[in-house]
Amino acid sequence: MSTASQSVVLHTSPHLRHVPAVDEIMRNVVYALIPISAFAVYQFGISVLALLVTCVVTCLATEHAICRLSGRSSSVNDWSVTITGILLALTLPPGFPLWMAAVASIAGVGIGKMFFGGLGYNVMNPALVGRAFAQAAFTAPITTWTPVMADNRFTEFIPSTLTIPFLRPVPINDWLASVAPDGFTGATPLALMKFEQISTDSVQLAIGSTAGSAGETSALLILICGLYLVYRKMMDWKIAFAVLFVAALTSGLFYLIDSTQYPGPIFMLCSGGLMLGAVFMATDMVASPVTPLGIWIYGGMIGFLTIIIRLFGGLNEGVMYAILLANACSPLINSVTQPRKYGYVKKGAK
Amino acid sequence: MFHLISNLLHKGTFSHGIHPDENKHFTENIPIRRLPFAPELVLPLSQHFGAPSDLIVHPGQEVVRGEPIAKAKGFMSVPLHAPATGRIKRVELMPTAKGPKTPSIILEVYPGDSQEVGYYYERDIDEMSQQEIIQAVQDTGLVGLGGAAFPTHVKLSPPKEHTVHTVLINGCECEPFLTTDHRVMLERTEDLITGTKILMKALGAEKAIIGTEKNKMNAVEAIQKHLPEDGSIEVRAVQTKYPQGAEKMLVKALMGLEIPSGGFPSAVGCGVFNVASTAELGELLPKSQGVIERVVTITGPGIEKRGNYMVPIGTPIRFILDQLGFSGSANCLIMGGPMMGSSVSSLDVPITKGSGGLLVLTESILEGQHDQKSYPCISCAQCLDACPMHLNPSQLGKLANKHRYDEMQSDFHLMDCFECGCCSYVCPSGIPLVQYFRVAKSSLREKAARERANAS
Ligand code: SF4
Ligand code: SF4
Repeated sequence: MSTASQSVVLHTSPHLRHVPAVDEIMRNVVYALIPISAFAVYQFGISVLALLVTCVVTCLATEHAICRLSGRSSSVNDWSVTITGILLALTLPPGFPLWMAAVASIAGVGIGKMFFGGLGYNVMNPALVGRAFAQAAFTAPITTWTPVMADNRFTEFIPSTLTIPFLRPVPINDWLASVAPDGFTGATPLALMKFEQISTDSVQLAIGSTAGSAGETSALLILICGLYLVYRKMMDWKIAFAVLFVAALTSGLFYLIDSTQYPGPIFMLCSGGLMLGAVFMATDMVASPVTPLGIWIYGGMIGFLTIIIRLFGGLNEGVMYAILLANACSPLINSVTQPRKYGYVKKGAK
Repeated sequence: MFHLISNLLHKGTFSHGIHPDENKHFTENIPIRRLPFAPELVLPLSQHFGAPSDLIVHPGQEVVRGEPIAKAKGFMSVPLHAPATGRIKRVELMPTAKGPKTPSIILEVYPGDSQEVGYYYERDIDEMSQQEIIQAVQDTGLVGLGGAAFPTHVKLSPPKEHTVHTVLINGCECEPFLTTDHRVMLERTEDLITGTKILMKALGAEKAIIGTEKNKMNAVEAIQKHLPEDGSIEVRAVQTKYPQGAEKMLVKALMGLEIPSGGFPSAVGCGVFNVASTAELGELLPKSQGVIERVVTITGPGIEKRGNYMVPIGTPIRFILDQLGFSGSANCLIMGGPMMGSSVSSLDVPITKGSGGLLVLTESILEGQHDQKSYPCISCAQCLDACPMHLNPSQLGKLANKHRYDEMQSDFHLMDCFECGCCSYVCPSGIPLVQYFRVAKSSLREKAARERANAS
């Protein structure tokens, strides 16, 4: 009897792996979101800082609590829920009441993620589920915009931020009148475009000196942060590219048809949440298809739907619903776009 | 149309695959050296794919180096030759790299012997018929030295309805760390060309392509110097990528063809042979000798005296490691490369015809590997982008988790998976995909075998 061989531990190949694990990828996404968050704080002040903290903390707490309640070990250290918190905060208006943000966070993580079984099992992007919840539940505050670069933004909260739960939000018109530059209408460039046919300069849009949700104003910055992730091979550039490309194509088409009625592609790409949505939310791995062809279909669908909703829907912003809808279609897209395998030359033959 | 474009773009390689750290610098410039004979050699009767060889010696019998000691049992089998002059001690069950113990011949090596190969007669290949060559190949006991250990002569007898027009010699060696084939191409170039010609003759092929990866350009140059004038043999470098050395991937890269699912390369007119096997054939067949030794890359962070060694078949790895100053446990040893090699169950495991490498890791590396956390599938699609067979490992993994093996085959082509491990390698969730697939495949195979047994 050989004794030495008794204690041998057998491993199975592959034996050496050097690839970033889930937590490392997620952590890097958080890094990529930091400049965007910082810029949002710079533009809108401490209200946005409070919003970010509220969303992240509530999201983390929700996931932790649900894990514990269901007797699992907590999954908050995989960083994915941190991303959800940041993204949710970035899609909300800067002066969004904090308690509402907390409710939206609980809804997003609770319904959008944990209900399905946590990371990997969710059908839709949890941040967008939270945002959709907010859109439905808090219709007025979610469309109340405040100007960028208000003078007192680092010393004072936007009054609506500190609204007490279940009371009517503090009216902020007086405050707006005191801080807003002349001509501030409290409307985002998209709303201006849609409802008043006022177009905003693309340069302003790209660098982000316009009103909008906390983190969706500087298209350029979002793009740069996204490129970092692509460079680290931690994001699928194809999805973001497909979204933006098809959005540009669709809006370009309408622009050619009637340039007085429809805005041009550059405006469309740089305004509202399209860039943030395309780069950081459509690319949510869990909720997007996995097949090579499916990825393009999915991205294209988001780009197309966004523009259609923006131009013809009742809302001026369509990215959120476009992504949620495409998320819901992912399993179907997957199943109809299974890749052609090696060694099966003729499709269907066999 | 889409595939036409992707074919053009992927010229000189296959699509998908991965780029693991090569780690070939440890040994790629070290010439092949001989290791001394171990006092005792362990020769499993089954070192190849197919029926085990039939013993033709008895304990106590003296054998000369190169003498046949077991004969082929039918067509799907090969003979075995004595790797050293000595005395047959006994035949008993011994551990092998694959795991289960198998009947093995224990050969006691005569220490003072000159170890000349006693079996030798020259043959003129040009005078031999195709059938004679195929028989002679079987007599050498040659099998695929790249790891599969599939008998070479069987590959030389394709199904009647297939004609092989091109012989592909596989010198890709895409496994990280291993440099056996690389050194063989550099140092045994003439044998390689001779072997290629023998293979072409045996198959009646007009053309041969020696394919290697772009990280071995010096081998390409060395081979170019020896190519025959008539242009019937050429050498080509394809993209460095894992698993470029898989038969199916090489056929795709060199010929732009895909071997049909479940079929042989001969279905697309190709025969694929490993370079080391071919060089061995080129050396042995003209002298009517058998396979008694092979080149093994012994490397890895856990051992100092790395190199490419000519090792007699049957040398226990314990002896090799003693020679090279390694005293760690068998836990750190991997027979083969890191991507497809298997963990060694005991230090008494011998080098067999199929062992091209011995990788020595360290305990701390292994711990680091096994400390990695695992997560649920996050649908990142990395595995789909890596799978050279274009399967959907993500979906397969989910089904495997629920033991829905039949569905894995009927809907997702599980049996086309050749266990290259790319999917497990890239998975950020650390899901042991290929490990699941191995289990699923063997379960399906067992089930099929049971059904066959019941039916008959
Ligand atoms: S092990 Fe199988 S499924 Fe995984 S990449 Fe290789 S062939 Fe594809
Ligand atoms: S690589 Fe792993 S996590 Fe990513 S899709 Fe494949 S199985 Fe899922």
